[in-house]
Formats: sequence, C-alpha cells, structure tokens
Amino acid sequence: MSNRILRKERLSENVYLIRVDAPLIAEERLPGQFVILSVDNDFGERIPLTIADADSAEGSITLIFQVVGKTTKLLSALDVGDSIASLLGPLGAPTHIEKVGHVVCVGGGIGVAPLRPIAEGMKKAGNRITAILGARNAELLILEKEMSEIADELIICTDDGSKGREALVTEPLRELCEREPKPDMAVAIGPPIMMKFCSETTRPYGVRTVVSLNTIMVDGTGMCGGCRVTVGEETKFVCVDGPEFDGHKVDFDNMMARLNSYRLREEADAHDCELDKEIERIKKNVSGT
Amino acid sequence: MSAEHDSFEDLASAARVKLAEIAPRISDLKPKDRMAIPPQAMPAQDPDERRRNISEVALGYTLEQARVEAARCLDCKNKPCVDGCPVGIDIPGFVLSVAEGDLKKASEILKKDTLLPAVCGRVCPQETQCQATCTVGRSLKDPEKAVSIGRLERFVADWERGEGGIEVPEVKGSTGKTVAVVGSGPAGLVVAADLRREGHGVTIFEAFHKPGGVMMYGIPEFRLPKEIVAKEIDTLLGMGVEVKSNFVVGKTRKLMDLMEKDGFDAVFVGTGAGLPRFMNVEGENLVGVFSANEYLTRANLMRAYDKKRAHTPIYDSRKVAVLGGGNVAMDAARTAVRLGAEEVHIVYRRTEKEMPARVEEVAHAKEEGVVFHILENAKRFIGDAEGRVEAIECVRYELGEPDDSGRRRPVEIKGSEFIFDVDTVVVAIGNDSNPLLQQTTPGLACNKWGNIIVDENQKTSIDGVYAGGDIVLGAATVILAMGEGRKAAAAINAYLSRD
Repeated sequence: MSNRILRKERLSENVYLIRVDAPLIAEERLPGQFVILSVDNDFGERIPLTIADADSAEGSITLIFQVVGKTTKLLSALDVGDSIASLLGPLGAPTHIEKVGHVVCVGGGIGVAPLRPIAEGMKKAGNRITAILGARNAELLILEKEMSEIADELIICTDDGSKGREALVTEPLRELCEREPKPDMAVAIGPPIMMKFCSETTRPYGVRTVVSLNTIMVDGTGMCGGCRVTVGEETKFVCVDGPEFDGHKVDFDNMMARLNSYRLREEADAHDCELDKEIERIKKNVSGT
Repeated sequence: MSAEHDSFEDLASAARVKLAEIAPRISDLKPKDRMAIPPQAMPAQDPDERRRNISEVALGYTLEQARVEAARCLDCKNKPCVDGCPVGIDIPGFVLSVAEGDLKKASEILKKDTLLPAVCGRVCPQETQCQATCTVGRSLKDPEKAVSIGRLERFVADWERGEGGIEVPEVKGSTGKTVAVVGSGPAGLVVAADLRREGHGVTIFEAFHKPGGVMMYGIPEFRLPKEIVAKEIDTLLGMGVEVKSNFVVGKTRKLMDLMEKDGFDAVFVGTGAGLPRFMNVEGENLVGVFSANEYLTRANLMRAYDKKRAHTPIYDSRKVAVLGGGNVAMDAARTAVRLGAEEVHIVYRRTEKEMPARVEEVAHAKEEGVVFHILENAKRFIGDAEGRVEAIECVRYELGEPDDSGRRRPVEIKGSEFIFDVDTVVVAIGNDSNPLLQQTTPGLACNKWGNIIVDENQKTSIDGVYAGGDIVLGAATVILAMGEGRKAAAAINAYLSRD
C-alpha cells in the first residue's frame, strides 16, 4: 500500500477530493466505513475520514475532506504523486443497507461525501431516495451532480439562497415528514448541530433517523475510547460500534462538548468563527418554529 | 523525598570500593560473605529533576554495582528463582557470569530463554516472580533484599546494546512456509523471532503506524525508552522479518483471507487486551475523562509530551485523578506529572498492599509527588455547564473477606461519600479483550470475556491459527505474553514441519 495520491481536485474553497492508491481498503470497504490517516509518522495526528467512494478495479479510494485543522491543512498541501504517511482501514461497521421504501438522505456541507455511497446503496437496494443537500452558499455545495444521478428527488438548500431554497435542511425535512405517507427512514450526515436538529425534526413523526458521527479518535480500533458517545443509556464507541447510530438516541450535546475537548488549545481560526455563527443560525431557526 | 535520594555518584563510588574488596575472591566467596554484601540500590534521576522531563527514571547499574549485586547470589541448589520465571531463564548462570565480569557469557545465557531482556529487565514484576522466592531475600527475611535479578538482566541487555553490539541471530535456510503474526507486542515479536530462526517466512501485521504494541503506545518513555523497542524491531528486520504497519487484521483483511487468499501457512494472533474498561458510572463521558489507553497513547505513541512538535493535543490539566492501582495507573499518574499537572492523585479502592503495580513504580510515583488515596473509589463524575468534569464523588471503603483473587474484598462504607475537585480523570481499571478480530472470524472460539480459547500448545479452534499473550490471558504482563509466544512458536514450527 503506497497510499499515493492519484488525483486531487478542489471542490470548493476549503474542500478537497483526493483519490488514493489503497487496493486492500478499496477491496474490503463498504458504504459507511472510514479510514484513519496521518500525514506524518513521527509527530502527526491520526484523524478519521469517511471513505467517499472506492474503485476496486483501480485499487483506489476517494476521500473528501474540509480543511478544518492542522492535519487536514497539511493533507490539502499534498499533491498528486505524494503519499499519505499512514492510512488504516476500512474501519467501523458498514451501513445497514436494506429496502424500507422511501429514504430521505440529508447531507450538510462536507457530510454529502459520506452520504453519497449510502444513498447509492439504498437506491440499489430498491428504495426511493429523496436527497436534501445543504450548504452555506452555492460555492460550498458538493457532489450535487452525483447525488442528482442517485436521487429520485433532489432538494437544494443554502443559507444565503444563492442556490435552491433559502432554508436550513430541516425545513424540507419537516415538510416531507408532514406529508403522507411519511418517509420510512432518514439518513442525516453533516455537522453535529445539523444532525442533532434533523433528529429533533423527525422525532415527533417517528421517522427512524440514522446519523453518522465523526468524533475524535486516536487508534480507530476500539482501543482508546476517545470516540465514546452516549447513545440511549449506553456508552458506545464510534470507531467499532458506529459510526452510524440512531439519531433519536444520541446525546449530541455531550458529543459536541467532547469534540471541543481540545478547543482551548487549538487556534481559533476563521472556520471556527463561521461554525459558531452557523450553530447560532440553526438554533435560532429551530427555536423560532 | 529527594533528601533520601542517593546520587548516582555516591552509589557508583560505594560499589567501586566494595568491588575492589571482594574482586580477588569473587568466585570463592562464602555464603556468609555474600549475604553480608549490601544490596545495590538502583541509581535514578533526582525526583525534582525528572518530574520535568520524560527521560528514563532508573539510570541502570554501573559495572561495579552490577558485579557487587551479582556477587550476592548464593548459587543455591534448588534455584527457586528459575521456577519463578515464566520463561525459565537460567538466572544463577547469568548472574554469576555478571559477578565474574563475563558479560558476553551472561548475555548469551539470557538470550537462550528471552528475546527482550532489555524490556523485561525494566518492566517485569520481579518481586512477584523470580525475586519473590530468592533464597537471599528469604534468609534476610525481606523480599526487597532479594538479589536484584531484573536490574542485572537490564544491565546485561544494555551492555549488549551498547558496547557488546547486538548480534542478529542466525536464520536457517528457507522452509518455504510463511506465517502471519497479528500484533507486534511482546507475544508477536517472540513468535516472529523464533519462527524466523527456523527458516519460515514471517510477516507481522500491526494496526498502529509503529510496531511494538503496548511497549510503544502504553509504557512511557521514562520507564521504557522507545529506542530500546525500536532496536528490538530492527533486529527482527535484520533477520528478514517483514513488518506491515497500518494493517488491521479483521478489517483490512479477514484473518481467514490471510491463509486462504494470501497463502500464509499459519497465523499467530497476539492482539493484546485493547478494550479499555470503564466504571459505568454517571458522568463518565464528560470532557476530561479519559481511558488510560487514550491518555498514554497520546502521550507516548503520538508524543504529545512534545507540545511544540506533536500535532496530537493532550488535555491541559491542573488537578488529575487516576483511578486504579496497577502499573498503567502509575504510568498515567507519572505522565500527568510530567505534562505539568499541579496535583496528581491515585484513587484506589483497596490498600497499597493489594496494588498490582510494581513496588518500584509505586515508590517512584510517590517520590514524584503523586498523592495516594487508598480505600476510596469514584462513585460518579460531576460536570460543569460546558460538560467538562469538575469533580468526582468518591466513597470510602474498608477491607472485608478475601475474594476470588485472594485479595481482601473492598466494602463500601455507607454514607462516607465526599466530593473531590479535579479537572481531569484517567480511568485505569484494566482492559478487556478487543473483539474486533473475533467478530470478523467465524469459528474462532472465545470465552465469555472474549478471550481466545487455546489448548496447551496455544492452538485455537481453527487449524493453523494460534494465539497468545493478553488476548488469551486477559490483561497480564510482558513476560507472560513472551512465554506464551515461545510456546506458540514451538507448536507452529511443529505444525509446519509435519509430514
């Protein structure tokens, strides 16, 4: 496994797609699974990234990531032909793909990347797919074309109305839940606050909602417990029990607090400010209805 | 505490004087003379100094100290020390060679039975094994005055690594057979070395980015320098063993695929006890509550102690509570001291006598200012408005009747609850077996705790698949893992040599 970067594409200002030579991972990987990578074996940090796609013929996997911290920043600086120092996977339990009927797939920002293979799997299993993609603005919207090929219906939302509806993803999600027959299932992947409010949106309608969590991890194999989350009454490890859980049972507030464990130490870069604003906006919106 | 600290220079010069006195007749000393030789203390970094660095605490004997300490061995007839050693090292043989100053011979004797003397000399619980039954300690009615076998083992291994020069063991001609070793901890390394020596092709698979298992991620630099572990791995590479890191068997490749698709003739599973146990009490998922695995992995493998260079962050702590009384708890507490915590507390529900940690680690922790709270335990964790831990509710215990482990059972004293302010908690109450490999390997029989079931030859329920170390034993020690590895290697060799 050389972990060589075969292709690199900038999807939006801070979002990159890379295709990486990793034949064994490409062969074993199923939708919903992730890798742990590090860009430096001596002092690097190990971070989880969901596998966006894989090509077992070429022996490659596709990763889509947003530059949010040191490691992703460094990863974005690698070029075609460079190798990723460490790449471990596929990790986590794959998505449980089954035919349930009508599945609403909600993707926020970078969350559309892990959502795509799940939507594809669900479609292949015979489900009708409604996709809701959300982003702050049109420029930050990713994989719209790919999702439009999978989904029977595609709804775009942007915070500033630069594309599609000027709304949060929870709005069309609620409308779908209000319609009869209700969707049979929802899959929501995106920032924790979005997954939290998607889960809150579907809860009163009893629409089962699966979320995919992206927590702090070190080893990714169940050894450190850094990724633990409270699900119902139980503690679960995202790396081996997840990454997908019943959104109605996840303690998102605890999860978000844990994600911020090292925040005091990390430089408050521009992204963090924007994230804070986004959280505020969503909160305001939901509490206002 | 540091007032009692003997300096390296004082210990070395005392030993020089003593050796000059006994050297001419060192091989002919009477038992009475040997018993009269004072036990040699281990030179260590000054506690105030070492609290601020991650360098090894125990500095190792000087040659003179080693020879004087070795001269204390009576070469008694029944050699209880050998029975106390899980791998049956010829202890009097190597110790007497040290006394005579023949370090090469001492090293050869050690290497016959142990692959990792530099590691075991440092981390073995000698006081409950070889040194527990030492005739010298018994005669002096103080087990702490037993011959310091572990320190001598370390001395010889360090000599070999330095002046002696490590010899890469000879490897027999290729048998054409290949073995996959899953996990690169102590058990896996022994299996790899033993089977490679027999001429089999060996590939080690390691999930982390660096091989060495618990010796890399768990045991801190100040107790086991990583350079020593790296040297041992280098020796294996020199023998032609292949190491594939970033490869998690069960996920990257299923165990059976290693045999069926990749053509390995046998597999050894030495994946260790890698599933941290938690207390299952309220507030355990608050920010600032860590498993010892996470805390130590960040500090050791990810080198978070190097705050300037490491990308991996580690929690900034002022007041740390470590729950547990084993070596891992001591390691976590002493790591917290080095990371700059103002106060570090060990909370243990039994008494110091029942602590599973090595006596030396407990002593070192105390010297470094770690505060011990015995007969106490956490009942729940209390968080602030932001979900960060700010206190523990503790409860006091007293010792009752002995339990299954033979230790007196701690019994909660009703109504003795109290609040203890902390900003960081490290849970170090043990590990269970990591189920990742078992889950993806149908037909691999495990017991109810998830440990792989093996027969007397370390063979599992699947033909050609063997297992050993903590994945079989539950959380144990480096030396027991090595012992199992040795047994497994012999069985695998026999299996591959059949017909």
